[in-house]
This record gives sequence, C-alpha cells and structure tokens, in this order.
Amino acid sequence: MDLFLQQTFSGLANGAIYACVALAVVMIYQAIDHFNFAQGEMAMFSTFIAWQLMQWGIPFWLVFPICIVISFAGGVAIERIIFGPIHDAPVLSHVIVFIALFSIFNSLAGFIWEFTIKPFPSPFPEAKLLDTNLIGNHELGMIVVVLFMLSLIYLFFRFTPIGLAMRAAAANPESARLVGISVKWMLSLGWGLAAAIGAVAGMLIAPVVFLEPNMMLGILLYGFAGAVVGGLTSPGGAVAGGLLVGVAENLAGTYLIGSELKLTFALIMIVGVLLLRPAGLFGRVVVNRV
Amino acid sequence: MALLEVKGLEAFYGRTQALHGLDFELEEGGITTILGANGAGKTTTLRSICGMVRNNGAISFDGQALIGQATENIVRQGIAHVPEGRGTFVRITTEENLRLGAYTIKGAREVADGMERVYAYFPRLKERRNQQAGTLSGGEQQMLAVGRALMLRPRLMLLDEPSFGLAPLIVKELFEILRTINREEKVSMLLVEQNATLALNLADHAYLLETGRVVMSGTSDDIASDEAVRQSYLGY
Ligand SMILES: Nc1ncnc2c1ncn2[C@@H]1O[C@H](COP(=O)(O)OP(=O)(O)OP(=O)(O)O)[C@@H](O)[C@H]1O
Ligand SMILES: [Mg+2]
Repeated sequence: MDLFLQQTFSGLANGAIYACVALAVVMIYQAIDHFNFAQGEMAMFSTFIAWQLMQWGIPFWLVFPICIVISFAGGVAIERIIFGPIHDAPVLSHVIVFIALFSIFNSLAGFIWEFTIKPFPSPFPEAKLLDTNLIGNHELGMIVVVLFMLSLIYLFFRFTPIGLAMRAAAANPESARLVGISVKWMLSLGWGLAAAIGAVAGMLIAPVVFLEPNMMLGILLYGFAGAVVGGLTSPGGAVAGGLLVGVAENLAGTYLIGSELKLTFALIMIVGVLLLRPAGLFGRVVVNRV
Repeated sequence: MALLEVKGLEAFYGRTQALHGLDFELEEGGITTILGANGAGKTTTLRSICGMVRNNGAISFDGQALIGQATENIVRQGIAHVPEGRGTFVRITTEENLRLGAYTIKGAREVADGMERVYAYFPRLKERRNQQAGTLSGGEQQMLAVGRALMLRPRLMLLDEPSFGLAPLIVKELFEILRTINREEKVSMLLVEQNATLALNLADHAYLLETGRVVMSGTSDDIASDEAVRQSYLGY
C-alpha cells in the first residue's frame, strides 16, 4: 500500500509537468486546429531566456512575468511572420514549418547557451510545507500553479468578449469575420497565449529535469498523450489527462512493465484513447444539426 | 446619393468568373431584392460586397469604397450579412451567438439593449437562450442569424435566402419581422431569394440576375407584372 501511494504521488508530480505541456498543446490546437510539434522547443527556449535573465542578476519573481511577456510576444510574432503568409497552404506545409521551427529553436538554444546541463532554481521554498514524504514542495507548487492557470484560462474563454471571439474564430472563421472579428489577430493571440503557457510550463519543469536544449523531447510526447487522453477541445480535460498519464505511467511502470517501457506506455495510451473515444475522455462531442 | 452603389462588379472563383460586370444600387431605407435561378450569382454578389470572394469593379457604401477591404472592416461600417446556410456558431449557446453579433458594439448597456430588442422580435430565441445553438431547429437558427445580424446595429442587412428550408407559416412570420425591422430600425436590406413572390412582396426594387449579369431591373411591381418573369419565376 505504501508503495502504491508513493508511486501514485510521484506519478502526480510527473503528471503536473505533462499537464502543463498538455494545456499549452490544447491552447494552440484550439486556435489553429493543428498540433504544434515545436511547442516543446518554444517552451525550452523561453526557459533559457528566463535563465539568461537570472544570470544577469534579475530576481526570479521579476524574471517570471518578464519571460511570460517575451514569450507571448514571440508567439504572436511567429504567427504573424511565419504562419500568416502560409495560412491557406496545405497541412503538409504547416507540418514542415513546425519541424523547421523545432530544429531552429533546438539548435539556436544549443548555439547560444551550449548543450551542457544547467541547474534552474525552484521558485518554491525549500522548507517542508506539508508533513509528508509523498510529495515535495516543488511538485505541489507546480500542481497549484497549473490549476491556477487553468482557472484563468477558463475565466478568459468563458467570460470575456475576446475569449468568446477566439473560440468563434477557431470554430467558424467565416461567420466570425461576418460579425467583425479579425480572425488573423485571434490566431496570433492564440499563439501568444500558447507560448506564454509554454513558458510557464518550461520554468516549472526545468528545476526537475534541468535545463538543456533537449529537455522537452520526451516530455512533449507525454504532453501530447495528456492532451489526447483528456480531449483536445478541453483545457480542463488536458490537465486531467496529463495527471492521469503521469499516474498511469508510474503505476504501470511499477507493477506491470518496468520503467524501460514507460514511454511506450504513453504512446499506447494515445492510440488506445483515439481508438475507443476519439474526442478524448473529457472532450465535448459536438452536436450539430442543420 | 444611393446608400450602396455597385458598378462593373466582377467576381472570380479561381479562374472561373461568376459575375460579369454587375451594376445596381440601393436607396437608404429601401429593400431591394436580387432574383435569379440557381447558380445565377446571387450569393456571390452578397459575398462580394463583404469582401469574401476575389472581385474587382467598384462598390461604394455611403460614399466609402469597399473593394479591397478586409471582411471584418467592411462589417464594422454597418453591413450585416445573414449568410446562406445561416452561419450558426454551433458549439456555443444561443445567447453567446447574439453576444458575438455585438462584437463591434462597445458598452455593456448597448449590448443588453440589443439583446432585449432581438428577444422582443424573436421570443422563441429567449426561451432557448441557454441551448447549444447547433441543436436549434432550422427555423430557430434562421431567426438567430437575423438576430445576430441585428445585434451589430447595421445600416444595411444582406439576407441570403432567409426562407430556405422553413415552413410556410414561419416564413410569413419572418418576413413580417423583416418588414418591421426595415421600418422601425431604418435598416436597409438587400434580399436574395428563390421565392420570388415573397421577395417581390417585401421589396420595393428588384434586379433579375442570369449567369452573372443583370438582365432586368425595376420596381417590384413592374417586375412582378412582367410576362416573362411571371412565367419563369413566379410560376403562374
Ligand atoms: N466556391 C466556389 N468555387 C467555384 N465556383 C463557385 C463557388 N461558389 C460558387 N461558384 C459558382 O459561381 C456561380 C454562382 O454561384 P452562386 O452561389 O453565387 O449562385 P446563387 O445564385 O447563389 O445560387 P443558389 O440559388 O443555388 O444559391 C455558380 O456557377 C457556381 O457554380
Ligand atoms: Mg446562393
């Protein structure tokens, strides 16, 4: 029983990481209807920017918002400059640009900051907050931050005119233009938000996995798994999906398959969910009658 | 000066040309209808005004040139388009659809007022305000499309076959409401219809379109009493 609890909690801790990434994945998927394969690398690059700012002596609590703003602007710029012009191009062109972005960010980070592993500080206090060994402060803090972001996103999409306009632009661009919404700015905004969420994810993950250009490689796959399991249309589902993947992977690793096959297990979860419930566990099946 | 003035309008889908130099105009406060068989270019005409097809020629609205402007900017000048197929945002509620219609309207008070007016015209929408819009009936979605357009507080409404797929009784009701909107809210209308009797009844002016060209124009009464029109469009 102890082992079970232990593994569940450490799964939740990993799951919090996946949930962060899954949330960013869903945000961009909602805005552009594609997976952004470069998402992880963008988050990694943001984290390096944060690290650089700290090297220059800026305190963490300042670096955090600065990095979010820079990443947001970067996301908007990427959409404006790169994806705007190819908006009507076939899916394959988009995929190729995603892959190009992926390798550009990866090698650029290596070129500027080198491939050596760097420690990244945790924003959360060292002293034990909870009298338990099941979960550490940083992991706990991560879950809290992710849930906080999720509620912000929920409030934004549910209650603000811009949030409603973003949903409208993604679901039905033509009708959106006809009510006066600038669809291309909504797309840019979606990219900006996804990049900002990615930056938060990167800064939360880096203290655990250490900072280096390839830090997001495996994690992005788990993030995708979380997003798919939760349902690509649901930010809440993505977070739940991320946590679920973390726990399931850990328990399966302990009791069933051993730790070597954990990543395979994540892929099996993706395929399994897509086969059995294409909309994901929490995704909304659209009712449509004409 | 006419509110809407169209001169030499051509429109293209890829390399096929759908409109071959249309000329027409619409007086402020009036209702003009464009009639024509399937594929004549009626929808294309409305979509050209909103900048949704590649086109050239001249379109001026209240003295402003529209060609070359982005759809959302054209809309912001007070042109509301009720599109063919209704353009419902299916995943959100009826009320959120109306809220989107008022996207360009600043001020919560104005939006709330607009909502009340739409609900006064279409009480059925009020009953269904929290229902997912994709699950509304065809007639209700048509009301929603008109309501959404009304939320924009337009000066000109473009209506693409609002009677399509509706039961005769609902159609009659809807056209009464359109007439009221035109009179009370001073909204000019450009109406595209298959149902010529209905359209000529509502409109004051009419244009007849054949394969992308205007072949006849005049007051609704003149058009309605024309022998050729009677035989091919009115069916008696
Ligand atoms: N997206 C498109 N791509 C290519 N051709 C098109 C497209 N849309 C319309 N057309 C062509 O343009 C012409 C005019 O079409 P349009 O939709 O304007 O007709 P319409 O008068 O609205 O007809 P209906 O009464 O059937 O709605 C038709 O010949 C049609 O085939
Ligand atoms: Mg048509």
